[in-house]
Amino acid sequence: MNIDKRIADDLAANGVSFVTTVPCKQLAGVIQEIEGRDDIFHIPSNKEDEGMGLCAGAWMGGKRPAIIMQNTAIGVTINTLATLIQYYRMPLPMLISYRGELREPVACQVEMAVHTKALLAQLNIPTYHFHWQRDVEELDNILKYTFMCNKPVAILTDANFWGGYGDQ
Amino acid sequence: MIRSEILKEIAPILRDQLVVCNIGIPSQELHAIDDQPSNFYMLGTMGLASSIGLGLALAQPKPVIVIDGDGSILTNLGTLPTIGNNAPANYILMIIDNGSYGSTGDQPTYTSQRTDLAGMARAAGCARVVEVQDKDTGPALEEALASGEATVLVVKCDSGNASMPVITMDPVVIRDRFMKAVSA
Repeated sequence: MNIDKRIADDLAANGVSFVTTVPCKQLAGVIQEIEGRDDIFHIPSNKEDEGMGLCAGAWMGGKRPAIIMQNTAIGVTINTLATLIQYYRMPLPMLISYRGELREPVACQVEMAVHTKALLAQLNIPTYHFHWQRDVEELDNILKYTFMCNKPVAILTDANFWGGYGDQ
Repeated sequence: MIRSEILKEIAPILRDQLVVCNIGIPSQELHAIDDQPSNFYMLGTMGLASSIGLGLALAQPKPVIVIDGDGSILTNLGTLPTIGNNAPANYILMIIDNGSYGSTGDQPTYTSQRTDLAGMARAAGCARVVEVQDKDTGPALEEALASGEATVLVVKCDSGNASMPVITMDPVVIRDRFMKAVSA
């Protein structure tokens, strides 16, 4: 299975046509896949809160948006999630690389990983954790759920899900 | 002129357009001067007016006017390269540059000293950047609407705020009536 294509196909099948990204090594493939597709408009952001602003505007303009980012961005976007996305009740699927989890080679990444689920729980954000590649089978349902309830929803994808870093 | 005087003067131009308005006193002033369903008032989230407006302009064909401030742009400077590289022709970013953080007590921003937002917008890749004095805002905004080009309009004006009531409308109501105006 080409996991990057599978994710982009699920986004497109759910009408997601506006995707903003802030890169991560784990997300490089899916970002490249989205950049190359005609059915999804890709706009890179310089920071994740900026990206959520773009998504909010796109949704009010009639497009279904999504953001792709690292879990470190949870530290950047808490205010935006609370006062824009949740306050105005907007849907936002967040495909998040879960750095600092099993098979992570960079120790500093663990420092945000240990806070990630707690912060998402504090914000009452529905959160899913993809650890095995087959977990992607839930993505279609998660996207439907997100646009049903008009909430931000987190999909954490760890290094094991992406196939590790080769030597780990 | 201060921001509220500019907003009063351009209210007849804004009335028929989709407007995304910056957090705090700018939204309170616009709401008090001429509340319209086609105004999206930001009640929180400092800095993101330009980004929300850009997403909206990219998603649908109607013109979008963002009323932003110098402090807000400085908070979210990464927005300028994103605008410079992606803004469609229906996007107008009007930065009311009064050199101060108006909603928090008029503390000076760096644009009151050496920082030049029009120069920064140009350096970020924005092609049509216009800087005007407060009294020339109306004609400059009409020119931007007629230009058929994405425009960053920097309006230099005095620091100061009108005393207007806080917006008590529910955010979901603001958003819902705005979306109906977008799709009308």
